[in-house]
Amino acid sequence: MKRILDFVGTVSLFSLKVIANAFRVPFEFDQIWTYVDEMGVRSLPLVASSGLALGVVMTLHTRNVLIMFGAGAMSPKLQSLSFFVEIGPLVAALLVAGRVGASIGAVLADMRATEQIDAVEALSMDSFKLLVVPRVVACVLVLPLLTMFMDFCGLIGGYLSEYNLSQLSLRLYSTRAFAGLEWSNFVPPTLKTMVFGFIIGTVSCFFGYTTNEGAEGVGRAATNSVVVSSLLCILADAILVKIIFLMFPESAV
Amino acid sequence: MNEAREFVISLDRVSKSFGNKQVLRDVSFSVAPGEAICVLGRSGTGKSVTLKLMIALLRPDAGHIWIGEADITQLEGKQLSRVRRKMGFLFQGAALFDSLTLHDNLALPLRRLTDKSKREIEQIVDRVLREVRLVDDKHKMPVELSGGMKKRAGLARALVFEPHILLIDEPSSGLDRITASEIDDLLLDQKIRQRTTMVIVTHDVHGARRVGDRFAVLDHGRLVAFGKPQELANDENETVRKLVAEQ
Repeated sequence: MKRILDFVGTVSLFSLKVIANAFRVPFEFDQIWTYVDEMGVRSLPLVASSGLALGVVMTLHTRNVLIMFGAGAMSPKLQSLSFFVEIGPLVAALLVAGRVGASIGAVLADMRATEQIDAVEALSMDSFKLLVVPRVVACVLVLPLLTMFMDFCGLIGGYLSEYNLSQLSLRLYSTRAFAGLEWSNFVPPTLKTMVFGFIIGTVSCFFGYTTNEGAEGVGRAATNSVVVSSLLCILADAILVKIIFLMFPESAV
Repeated sequence: MNEAREFVISLDRVSKSFGNKQVLRDVSFSVAPGEAICVLGRSGTGKSVTLKLMIALLRPDAGHIWIGEADITQLEGKQLSRVRRKMGFLFQGAALFDSLTLHDNLALPLRRLTDKSKREIEQIVDRVLREVRLVDDKHKMPVELSGGMKKRAGLARALVFEPHILLIDEPSSGLDRITASEIDDLLLDQKIRQRTTMVIVTHDVHGARRVGDRFAVLDHGRLVAFGKPQELANDENETVRKLVAEQ
C-alpha cells in the first residue's frame, strides 16, 4: 500500500512539474511540432484501420438487434453516437497508449541508460523542459485530432457495412447518423481526450525519465507506460463521463 | 574556504552513498588552473561518481565541491546552469543524442543557450569538428560512427562552449591503443593550447601519464594517494603502486 501511495505521490508531483513547465518560456514549439508529427501523423494508419474495422464490426453486430426491435433505421445514429461519445475517444486513447506510450517510455529510458539525459544537463540545458514537456504537450494536442479521425473512419466503416447489407445511400446514412445529435454529444467527449493525452504523455515520460535500471529498464519502462497509462485512461474516462453528464445534462442520452 | 578558492576545482570532505553502499568517503583534493588530474582506481571505487558530483549530475550526501568561487552542491536552476557552461563533460559512451546528426549534436546547445546567428553557429560547429577531425562526417548520425569517432564527437560537443574545465570519463575505454592515443593527443592539445583544467577518470595509465600532471587514486571510496606519478610509483600502498605502474 505504501508503495502505491509513494507511486501516486511521485507521479502527481511529476505531473505538476509538467504543467508548471508547460507555461514557462521557452515554449519549445519546434520540439512540439516534431512530436506531433511523430505521434500524430504516424499514428494515422493505425487509427484509420482500427476505426474502419470497428465501424464495420459494430454495424454488423448492432444492426440485426435494432431490426429485431423495429429500429433498423436507428443504426446510423447508434453508430455515430457510440463513436462520438465513447468508442472514438477511448479506443484512440488506448491505441495511442500502445503505440506512443511504449515509444516514449522506451526512448527516454534508453536516453537515461546511455547517459544522454545526463549529457543534456551537463550542457546546461533543462532536460525536463526539453525532453518531457514537449512530448506531453504533443500528446495533449494530438489525441483530440486522432479521436476525430477515428470517429470519421468509424462512420465510414459503418456506412460501408450498412451499404453492403441494405444499399443505403450515403446521403441518407449521414442524415440519419447526425439527426438529433447535439454538439454536447461530440465536443466534450472529444475534448476529454486531452486529459487522456496528458495521462499517456505524463505516465510514459515518468517511467522513461525516472528509470535507473540500465538496459533492463528500457523494456520495463515501455511495458509500464502502456499498462499504467491505459488503465488510468479507462479510470479517468469513468470520472470524465460523469463530469460531462453533470455539465451537459442534455448529452446524457 | 579561502584556500579552496585558489583552485579551479576543490572537493572538501565529499561523501556519497547509494542505498546502503557508501561509494565515496571524505574525499578531498583540489585542482589548480590548467592542471590535468587523472583519477585512477579499481572498478566500482567511485571514480565516475566523483566526476558526476563535480558537475552536479549527482549530489553529495556530505561535503562541498567548489568550482571557482561557487559551491556547486548548493546551486540550482540558472545559477547551476551558469557554472556548468564553464565545464565540458565527455561521457564514457560519448552520450551523443542518437536522434540528431553529429552537426546537430553540437549545434543544439548553441541554438538553445546563446543568441548566436545561424552562421556563427555553423562556424563554431565546423571549427570544433575540424579540431577533432570529424568535419567531413558532420551529417552522419551517431549510429554511423565508430567507437573512436564517437569519443571524438563527444569531446567536440564538450568543447563547444570553450569550457575552462573538462571532465572526462574513461576516454580510452573500448578503444584500441592507436585510437586511444589519438584521443590523448586531442586532450593534450586542448590542455597545452587552451590551458583547460582537466579531471580525467581512466584505467589507462599510459594515457594518464601522457596527459595527467597529478594522479588521484581512489580505493574503496577513499582517496588513498594524490600526487605526481613519479612520487606515487614508490607509494607505501600496494594498490597505488600497482595502479600507477606502467602496464
